[in-house]
Amino acid sequence: MTDSSRQRVALALAINGRRHRVTIEPSTTLLDLLRDELGLFGTKKGCDMGACGACTVLVDGRRINACLALAVMQEGRDVQTIEGLAEGEALHPLQQAFVEHDALQCGYCTPGQIMSALGLIGEGRATDAAGIAEQMSGNLCRCGAHPNIVAAIAAYAGA
Amino acid sequence: MSAATLSPRHGAVSSSVRHDSALKHTTGEAIYLDDQAGPPGMLHAALVTSPVAHGRLKGIDAAAALAMPGVVAMITAADIPGVNDVAPVGKDEPALATDKVEYLGHPVAIVVAATRDRAVHAAEAVRLNIEELPPVLTIEAALANESVVWPVMEMKRGDWAAAIAGAPQRLTGQVKVGGQEHFYLEGQIALAIPGEDGDMRLVASTQHPTEVQHIVSRLLGLPYNAVTTEVRRLGGGFGGKESQASLVAGLAALAARKTAKPVKLRLDRATDMRVTGKRHDFLARYEVGFDDEGRIRGLDILLASRAGWSADHSPPVMTRALCHIDNAYYLPATRARGFCCKTNTQSNTAFRGFGGPQGAAAIEAVVEHIARHLGRDPLAVRQLNYYGDGGRDVTPYGQRVFDNLLPRVTQEMLASSDWTARRAAIDAFNASSPVVKRGLGFMPLKFGVSFNLPTLNQGGALVHIYADGSIRLNHGGTEMGQGLHTKVAQVVADVFKVDLDRIKITATTTAEVPNTSATAASTGSDLNGMAAFAAANTIKERLIGFAAAHFGAALDQVVFQDNQVRAGNHVLDFGELAHLAWFHRISLSATGFYRTPDISWDPQSMTGEPFYYFSYGAAVAEVAIDTLTGEHKVLRADLLQDCGRSLNPAIDLGQIEGAFVQGMGWVTCEELWWDAQGRLRTDGPSTYKIPGSRDVPPIFNVRILENSPNPRPTIYRSKAIGEPPLLLAIAVWSALRDAVASLGDHRVPVSLDAPATPERVLFACEDMKRRAALR
Repeated sequence: MTDSSRQRVALALAINGRRHRVTIEPSTTLLDLLRDELGLFGTKKGCDMGACGACTVLVDGRRINACLALAVMQEGRDVQTIEGLAEGEALHPLQQAFVEHDALQCGYCTPGQIMSALGLIGEGRATDAAGIAEQMSGNLCRCGAHPNIVAAIAAYAGA
Repeated sequence: MSAATLSPRHGAVSSSVRHDSALKHTTGEAIYLDDQAGPPGMLHAALVTSPVAHGRLKGIDAAAALAMPGVVAMITAADIPGVNDVAPVGKDEPALATDKVEYLGHPVAIVVAATRDRAVHAAEAVRLNIEELPPVLTIEAALANESVVWPVMEMKRGDWAAAIAGAPQRLTGQVKVGGQEHFYLEGQIALAIPGEDGDMRLVASTQHPTEVQHIVSRLLGLPYNAVTTEVRRLGGGFGGKESQASLVAGLAALAARKTAKPVKLRLDRATDMRVTGKRHDFLARYEVGFDDEGRIRGLDILLASRAGWSADHSPPVMTRALCHIDNAYYLPATRARGFCCKTNTQSNTAFRGFGGPQGAAAIEAVVEHIARHLGRDPLAVRQLNYYGDGGRDVTPYGQRVFDNLLPRVTQEMLASSDWTARRAAIDAFNASSPVVKRGLGFMPLKFGVSFNLPTLNQGGALVHIYADGSIRLNHGGTEMGQGLHTKVAQVVADVFKVDLDRIKITATTTAEVPNTSATAASTGSDLNGMAAFAAANTIKERLIGFAAAHFGAALDQVVFQDNQVRAGNHVLDFGELAHLAWFHRISLSATGFYRTPDISWDPQSMTGEPFYYFSYGAAVAEVAIDTLTGEHKVLRADLLQDCGRSLNPAIDLGQIEGAFVQGMGWVTCEELWWDAQGRLRTDGPSTYKIPGSRDVPPIFNVRILENSPNPRPTIYRSKAIGEPPLLLAIAVWSALRDAVASLGDHRVPVSLDAPATPERVLFACEDMKRRAALR
C-alpha cells in the first residue's frame, strides 16, 4: 500500500553505470523503481514474491530478486539490468549465446535468465552443464527452454 | 541440433531461422503489455473475490473502499450494460457474481483507482455479505451428487458389454491424473481503452483476440464492429489465455466503460492462480476384457473431469479426452463416457493437449494394468494392441487411422534408445540394489490434429506489399513464444522468394483479420500459414500477370527467385517490381483464407472424422526412485516426434523439449491442492512446483522424425507441433510405475496416480511391497 501522505525519501544509486537521484516511497521495491519510476521495463515481474527469478538483476555484481529488495536499501550501490548489457547494437556475448542457442521461447523469463547467469559466472560456479542446470533452477522458464538456456550459458562460460 | 540449413535466401521454409523476437527478448526490448506507460488518464483495476467456495451473495458494502484516497469507482454485476456472461461455449457464466458465489476466488466486483496499489488495497476493504453453503470440492463428491456442468457424453462402438463378458480375462480399475496450473510467466493482463461512440479497444494478453472481442461486445451490449482486440505477444499462454483472458479483458472493459477512462487490469500471481481455471484433473474408472496375450477385446471406461463451477471449455476438453482414449490402440468394442463434474473450484479450461493427455494417460494405465496382470512386458502388450491393418485401423469414433506411423516411430525409438540392452541393464541393477530402483517407460503417441468442432478450423491473413517492396504480414494467430509468427513469415517469404527480413511481423488484431479462431489445438501454423500462403499467392498471381504483360513474356516465364523476379529476359529486384506494379495501378494487398477440408464431427453420436491428420511420436524415459522416501529423478529421456516436413526444425525442437518438460511437471511434481474449505493452497511458485533446469533429464535426446512429409496437403507438408509432444512425458509416469513394479517382480499391478509426487511414489512402493508379500 502506498499513501501520498507518507514521507518520500531520497535515493542515489547507479543503474547500468549511470547515476540516478530519485525520490520514492520507502515501500517501493527495486523492481518497481526500475519499471515504474525509471521506465526500465526489461526486468520482468513474474511472481512478485521472489520465487520465479524473472526480476533478477545484479547489485554490486551479485544476483538478487529485485521484487524482494527495497529500493531504498540500494543507496550508493551499483545496479545492473538487462538494458545495461549490449553496447549499442553489439549484443553482450551472453545475449548472443542465447540467440544462437535458441535459449528462449516466449521471452518473459529471458532477461532474468541472462542476469542470473552473469551472476553465476561472476561467482565462478558455472563450471559444467550439470552445475549450471542445478544453479539456474531458481529462474523458472515455463516454456521449458532449459536445455538451450544451459547450453547458451555453458558456451559463453566455456564450461 | 539446431544448426541452420544453408540457403541462398535468409529464412527459407524448413530452415532453422530464429524466433522473430529473439534479439529483443535477450535485450529486454520486447514489449509486453505491462511494459509500457499506459495512455493518459489510465486507471488501474483490482478484483473483489469471494472468500468462500459456495454461498449466497446478499450484499456488497463498498463504503469504506470508495472513501479511500484515489479510488474512482466500483463495478458490480448491476453495472453491466449488456449480458453478464463470459461463457466461451455454453451460457450463463457471469463475469461478476450476482446472487451466488461458486468458488473461492469468484470475482464479485471490480475496484478502480488511480494506482494499482490503491485499487488492490481498496478491493481488500470491500465487505461481502455471504451466506455460506456447503461446497462440492472433489470429482468423487460431484459424481455422487450427479453434479455436472454438461450432459454426459457417450462414445460407443460395438457390443462392449458382450465383448468384455466374453473375454478370457477381465480387470477393473481406477486411475487419477492431476490438473495443472498454466503458470505463464506473464500473468493475466488487459488494457481497455474507450473510444468514440462507445467503442472499446482492448490490448490484451490473449490467445483468442476474437473471443475477447465477442465477450466484451456481449458485456457492453455492443456490436462486434465496435470492439477491437490487439495483441503483439504473450509471455506464455499454454491454453490459459484462451477463455480466461476473455474474462480479464471483459472485466477491464467494464471498468473502462463505467469510468470512461482507459483501465488496466493485471492479476498478481496469487490472484491469477486463485481466480483462473487450470488443466482438468481426471478420474478414470474402467472395466476391460482381453485375451491371454493382452489383446483388448472390449473396454468400458468412465472419464470424470473436474470442470469447476462452470462449463467454460470443459465439454470440448472432454470430447478430446474421449477422442484420445484410444491413443495408439485399437479398441474393438468400446463404451467411453464423459462426466464434466461441477465443483466449487476454479472453472477449468484449455491447457496444452486439451484433454488429450488425460485420455491417453488413462488408456496407458489400462494397458499397463493388463500387462502386469499377465506378467508380460508392457511394451509387448502396447505393440500387440497398436492400430494396424486388417480392420484394426478405425478409432472408436469412426475415423480411419490412415497415416499410421506407430510401427515406424516405435522401431526407431527402440533402436535409438538402446531399449533392449538398457532393459536388461536396469533389471540387473534392480536385482542388486535393494533401495534405489530404476524404471524404464515407453510412450507411443497418436494425436489428432484439428479442432474437434469443424467450424473452428479456419484461418485468415492479410498481406500488403508496399511500393518499395517491403511486406507487411498480419494473420489471425497469436505469438506466445511458439514461433508462429516466424513460421508464417517464412511461408510468405517463400511465396515471393525474398529474405525473411523483408517481412514485417505485426500485432494480431481483429481489425485486420476478423472472425479468427483461438491460437490453440496446435493449429496455429496449419491454419494461419495456409491463409498467409493464399494471400501471398493472390498478390503473386497479380504480379505475374502484370510482369508478363509489361515485359512481353509468357506467364510461365515470370519466375521469382532470390529476391529477384525474372520476366522473359528482364531481371529486376523484387522492390523494383513492386514499385512498377504500383505505378501501373496493380493492387498489392490481399486477404487469404483457409478452411481445413474433409473433416466432420457429430457431437450427438460422437462420431466423424474430426482430425485432418494424426501426429505421431514415441518416448523412452528412465528414472530412479528411492523406495524408502519416494524421491525420484528422471535420468534419461529419448524423444522422437513427427513434425511432417518441419517448417522450422529449431523452433519445432524447442516445442518438443518444452512440451515434454511441461508434461513431466504435470505427471511428477505439479500438484494442485485445495483445503477442506475449497481454498487453493498452492497459489504461488513457493507451493506449486514447476520443473526447473535441474529437473530436465541430464541425458535428453530429442529428434524430429525424418523423411515423413504430411500425407495431407498441409502447409509445405508440415505437421502441428504445439501439443503432441506433451503427451510423450507420460513415458516418465510409465517409468516410475516400472520402477515400483520391480518391487513385485513386474507381476503385480501398480497403483500410482499422477502427479507421481515423492509422496505418491512412496505410497505406491509400500502398497507394492505389501501386495507382493501376499502373493
